[in-house]
Amino acid sequence: MKEFIEGSMAVARGVAVCRPHVVSAYPITPQTHIVEHLSEMVADGDLDSQFINVESEFGAASVVLGAAAAGGRSYSATTSQGLLLMGEVLFNIAGLRLPISITVANRAVSAPINIWNDHSDAMVFRDAGWIMLFAEDNQEVHDMQIQAYKIGENPEIMLPVLVNMDGFILTHAYETVETISQKEADDFLPPFKPEYYLDVNKPITMGVLGDPNYYLETRYSLQEAIDESRDVVKQVAREFKEKFGRWYGDLIDTYRTEDADTVFVAMGSLVGTIKDTVDELRDKGEKVGLLKIRCYRPWPGEEVVESLKNIDNVIVLEKAVSLGASGMMADEIKASLFDTPHRPKISNFFIGLGGRDIPKESLIKVYNQVKEKPQYNQFVDLKPELLEYPS
Amino acid sequence: MSDTKTKKKRKEKPPIEEPLLAPGHRACSGCGESLGAKLVMDAAGPNTYATCCTGCLEVFSTPYPESAWKMPWIHSLFENSSAVAAGIEAALIAQGRDKDVNIIAMGGDGGTADIGIGCLSGMLERGHNILYVCFDNEAYMNTGVQRSGLTPFDARTSTSPPGKRSWGNKTTKKNLPGIAGAHGIPYVATATVGYPNDLINKVKKALKIQGPKYMQVHVPCPLGWIHPTDQTIEIAKLAVLTGLIPIYEMEYGEVTRVRKIGKNRRPVEDYLKPQGRFRHLFAKGAEAEEELEKIRQIAEDNIKKFGLA
Amino acid sequence: MARPRPAGYVAEPGSSKANKTGSWRTEKPVFLHDTCTDCRICVLVCPDGIIFGADSIYDADFDFCKGCGICAAECPVDDIEMAPEVR
Repeated sequence: MKEFIEGSMAVARGVAVCRPHVVSAYPITPQTHIVEHLSEMVADGDLDSQFINVESEFGAASVVLGAAAAGGRSYSATTSQGLLLMGEVLFNIAGLRLPISITVANRAVSAPINIWNDHSDAMVFRDAGWIMLFAEDNQEVHDMQIQAYKIGENPEIMLPVLVNMDGFILTHAYETVETISQKEADDFLPPFKPEYYLDVNKPITMGVLGDPNYYLETRYSLQEAIDESRDVVKQVAREFKEKFGRWYGDLIDTYRTEDADTVFVAMGSLVGTIKDTVDELRDKGEKVGLLKIRCYRPWPGEEVVESLKNIDNVIVLEKAVSLGASGMMADEIKASLFDTPHRPKISNFFIGLGGRDIPKESLIKVYNQVKEKPQYNQFVDLKPELLEYPS
Repeated sequence: MSDTKTKKKRKEKPPIEEPLLAPGHRACSGCGESLGAKLVMDAAGPNTYATCCTGCLEVFSTPYPESAWKMPWIHSLFENSSAVAAGIEAALIAQGRDKDVNIIAMGGDGGTADIGIGCLSGMLERGHNILYVCFDNEAYMNTGVQRSGLTPFDARTSTSPPGKRSWGNKTTKKNLPGIAGAHGIPYVATATVGYPNDLINKVKKALKIQGPKYMQVHVPCPLGWIHPTDQTIEIAKLAVLTGLIPIYEMEYGEVTRVRKIGKNRRPVEDYLKPQGRFRHLFAKGAEAEEELEKIRQIAEDNIKKFGLA
Repeated sequence: MARPRPAGYVAEPGSSKANKTGSWRTEKPVFLHDTCTDCRICVLVCPDGIIFGADSIYDADFDFCKGCGICAAECPVDDIEMAPEVR
């Protein structure tokens, strides 16, 4: 059904049709509307879930951990400081192989405190053992919720999923969204039936002490599972397309790259702005396209290499900085290309940090700079006057 | 006692079953916490879901591939035992699996009173049908006897050592049962392995009550308190009889029952002297009389406050 | 078909019994079976839960007994004595 709804409602609807047993969250801007909508659905009897209000995001992550360990499908949403506060639990959830889904309304991290969008929060957890998906628009983030459970709960995978959407830009934007009905969802997503869960009728011990004789293998199997999840992400995207007719790419997606010599690479809502920019540049005869990273973890190295095989210039636009190093995604693209015969020039930029507006003009400026010569670790639209110390 | 009477009495004794905290675990010899956990779990029975904080109890009971627990049991992190239990309860309700089962969240004094107090408070406030049991051995034993919020006044720990300018731990025990009670929950109890039957009865009583329950169980640690392994029960009893560890129950924030000491009251020195962690108070030329007087006052205050006399 | 769960994920209940803690012992309780009143306090206070028996005949499972001596200390009728462990 087509509905004109807020991004947060699109998420809530997408989550609700997955029939989560337990939803637990702590309020933080700009995530709040998502969990408000879910709590209203529970209050109205439209969603048969246990909604647990907690004392912190740490508590929320711990509650959904316990729920999943007891065999319940469980959900939370957060952002920024809240995601950081969940940090210890996030690593633990992956180690326990609990396929929880958490939506992150991506936001900058403090200090200074800033409630606006970038990807600094989620990127911290790239090494935590979570599958990380980034949505481009509200239709995609609606559809991504059910895909997340289908991927994570695959018995071969059993991993948690972070569904990322840009805070405010998507969470608070009204768009027309084709919503998934309960029946469609039930046909697509089977009930959660983990092989191991806490049950008095078949007791097990979870969360053991793994000494040096055993720990290494737990990390190996975690790496193996997240590696194998690439195929599951692809398969679920295909199955989703077959059932619902909608396609956003699987691990990656490309736009107008067929004869391109230059591509932008980005994640999240920025992809939309880039598409408009690409169209504009194409109109001027520029051979430019877009590589959208939809699944950041597991890293789609092979797909990235394949999509860049005829490209001369790559422009990586990132909404997070690995302080003291470089752009995380740019580095991974370089690493993926290192052992291949084709080595395009990789320029990388930090853009939109803390919610700084990203107009098309900025992207065109970036494009023109790169055409002149490759650029490294450049901050787009820096205001030099703000960098001067008062004399 | 006549033979027939004896025989009849013998018949009433059920066969001894292996505890739900199975042997083979790596708790130190004479560990009060393992005794406490054994008593709590056996009182609760096998239809119990258990969560456990990081700490001695978790480490000694679950070194992979072994587990001493015979009921469904999970350890997640140091500070979230109560929140994980809340999640389990929610999932069981949502799946219709919550009938006739118990949920017990466990932790040591550090995991409960310090790092885990946020999650504990949330769990107590939200009304979950969960019993939280804090095994209080009065320091971070697992990491090598560092001071916690429940370490008693003047105790030596590895981070509150006595020295030229110190008599040991500078603070008194945080009143965690009082904090729990202040949530207005239906049941709070203190107990001790010194009085095992009282402990068992309180666990059984707590589990019959709907809603959040908090129990704090005093468990001597021969290693950290520095006393002989066979004195675990004796030391635990002395803690009670000196008035230093009051044993009581609270309902909805009000103290409803206390374990009286009465004529059996013992001077605090009887409890302190056998323990190495208080040895500095009795060393030659220690001039600790002022300190001992403060500890006597703590006991006196407890006796007055709870009416233990 | 799910693959077997990897090492370090789930442990079987009560599997600690593979670990025979009896080797730690330097002293062992000797149950005299003399004045026992069948009160089972020794059973109650054993931290490892390894004292078994019936009808005033009790003994420790020495595969696991760590020799802490609590049973001997708490026996109200002194029917348990600690003796040096000889192997």
